[in-house]
Amino acid sequence: MIIFFTIIRVAFQALGRNKLRSTLTMLGIIIGVSAVIAMVSIGQGAQATISQQIANAGSNMLFVSAGSWNQGGFRSGAGTLSTLTVEDALAIQRECSAVRLVSPLVRTSVPVVFGNQNWMTSIQGVNTNFPAIRLWELEGGSFFTEQDEASAQRVCVLGKTVVENLFGGQDPVGQEIRIRNSPWRVIGVLKAKGQSGMGQDQDDTIVAPYTTVQKKVLGITYIHSIMVSAISQAASSVAEQQITGLLRQRHRIPASEDNDFMVRNLSDLAELANSANRVMTMLLGSIAFVSLIVGGIGVMNIMLVSVTERTREIGIRMSVGATGGDIQFQFLTEAVVLAVFGGVFGIGIGVLSSHGISTSLGWPTLVSTSAIGMAFSFAGAIGIAAGWYPALKASRLDPIEALRYE
Amino acid sequence: MKADLKEALERPASPGDLQPVIQASNLHKYYDTGTVRVHALRGISIEIRKGEFVAIMGASGSGKSTFMNIVGCLDKPSEGTYFLEGTDVSRLSRIELARLRNERLGFVFQAFNLLNRTTAMENVELPLIYAGVRAKERHRRSLEALARVGLSERADHIPSQLSGGQQQRVAIARSLVNHPSILLADEPTGNLDSRTSVEIMQVFQELNEKEKLTIILVTHEYDIAEYARRTITFRDGRIVKDQPVAKRRVASEVIASLPLLED
Repeated sequence: MIIFFTIIRVAFQALGRNKLRSTLTMLGIIIGVSAVIAMVSIGQGAQATISQQIANAGSNMLFVSAGSWNQGGFRSGAGTLSTLTVEDALAIQRECSAVRLVSPLVRTSVPVVFGNQNWMTSIQGVNTNFPAIRLWELEGGSFFTEQDEASAQRVCVLGKTVVENLFGGQDPVGQEIRIRNSPWRVIGVLKAKGQSGMGQDQDDTIVAPYTTVQKKVLGITYIHSIMVSAISQAASSVAEQQITGLLRQRHRIPASEDNDFMVRNLSDLAELANSANRVMTMLLGSIAFVSLIVGGIGVMNIMLVSVTERTREIGIRMSVGATGGDIQFQFLTEAVVLAVFGGVFGIGIGVLSSHGISTSLGWPTLVSTSAIGMAFSFAGAIGIAAGWYPALKASRLDPIEALRYE
Repeated sequence: MKADLKEALERPASPGDLQPVIQASNLHKYYDTGTVRVHALRGISIEIRKGEFVAIMGASGSGKSTFMNIVGCLDKPSEGTYFLEGTDVSRLSRIELARLRNERLGFVFQAFNLLNRTTAMENVELPLIYAGVRAKERHRRSLEALARVGLSERADHIPSQLSGGQQQRVAIARSLVNHPSILLADEPTGNLDSRTSVEIMQVFQELNEKEKLTIILVTHEYDIAEYARRTITFRDGRIVKDQPVAKRRVASEVIASLPLLED
């Protein structure tokens, strides 16, 4: 037992006598491990963000938008048709059994003024179901009522970003803002929701009754889209079918023609984005893993050189009574120490660089303990794999030849 | 003390009442190199008793190195038997040979063979590491061994900070630290100037006289061989001469007669 501990110390001493070489050898492992950790944490960070967004958006949300028109082969963009109406929304609420809540949506960009501050933002016209569909709570004040909606009152609820830009430190509830030169009363403030999956600031918005936005801002009678929440996430594809069927019927679309609307199922979208991300994470991780293997080959290479270079030392040790096993253990220990220390430094650098990436590039990263554990145990395993052959070679040297080696 | 030593050195060895340390009979060693079989040893029979100081002479290729490798348990004979303190070495495995080297043999080489960038102390400790001795005990015994060769105050020097003679003394300390039965010295003075050579021979003579350490010394210099008690001459894989040293040199006297060198 004492022999083993002493040999481990001998291995450390041997590495210490050749600091530059040991450091350079470790560098391969350091780069490999830190790359694995940084890459995996970028991938997992993105995945976590998406999962968070599914939860935030309401995982059972569907989005119906007006389709594009097609005239003589010229097709416009999505949402350019004015085929969706409030009646469509009400019909969906009434007739689709898999649907829980529905809200019409009209939106546009508007400049907003408060005092001497102004801010360009988007205004969303919705009904009172909006907070329940989007799972979006209020931070202060209240949401508008059905009366507000019915009488198209100029009342609004502000997103956090708008509050910050217009009011600074003040409480906006009860204040009056001006949108296109008309006064609007602020009745509530939404809680911060953060970025969407596409990197859009969801808090940079104003929510108001759709009736008000339709009549007093846009001057239209149709709606842009319909927000729907299904009764459960599992029911969202049923809801999608029911809505499609209902709207085709209402819009009198013959079987031979395409829909003049689009139904998007957000949970499907999120799932798609998530699986794409998983593939990306695996791709990044495996590229990084290759560099870890290259690092391991570096360790093996150096250990082989080291065995040749230290043939005489091996001969001396054998002549004073070291067994082949003692020599093998020493060289294996040296390789494992290089790999494990490289792994430890690599973890440190990997964690630091993923923090650096998230602060400097603004990418979300998530350093998971499982990635650290995996990278570390791989580093150890690579040490053993890379050290095994050189150590075996060292242990099989003939002491007489080794002592004579110049 | 010098007089005592001189008297002791001049007294003939009395092997009759002492145990044989080495008993070799009809040792053969050959190497097969494809078609040709090279005979390095052609039937060596020899007995060396405890406390002897033997010089092995011979030209290169005479088989003396092969013989030393077998005696040193670094190699095994192709034929014949070799008993080291009653143990039949030719039947042992590599691991058992290593243990035997560790416990019963001390080596001193022409090229010193110290680990460089390693202190004298750590070099001397080396055999104790593989004997599984605890650190504290290792330090104590290494210092003791360094004291025996007069290098106590150089314990923390690395080989490149030591003279050739001092390096060879460290090597001797290393060979002594495990209290071996035999000290095997292969041309230990080959890389040293004549004065230092005699100093090393003085260390050997003292170890042999005071501690009854069995020493086998390989050399091709006649004057060095004359510090031993018995010389064995090899030629073509056979022993051609085995005789006591008629007129033995005493290292301490030789040193006294040498002119002092400026350092």
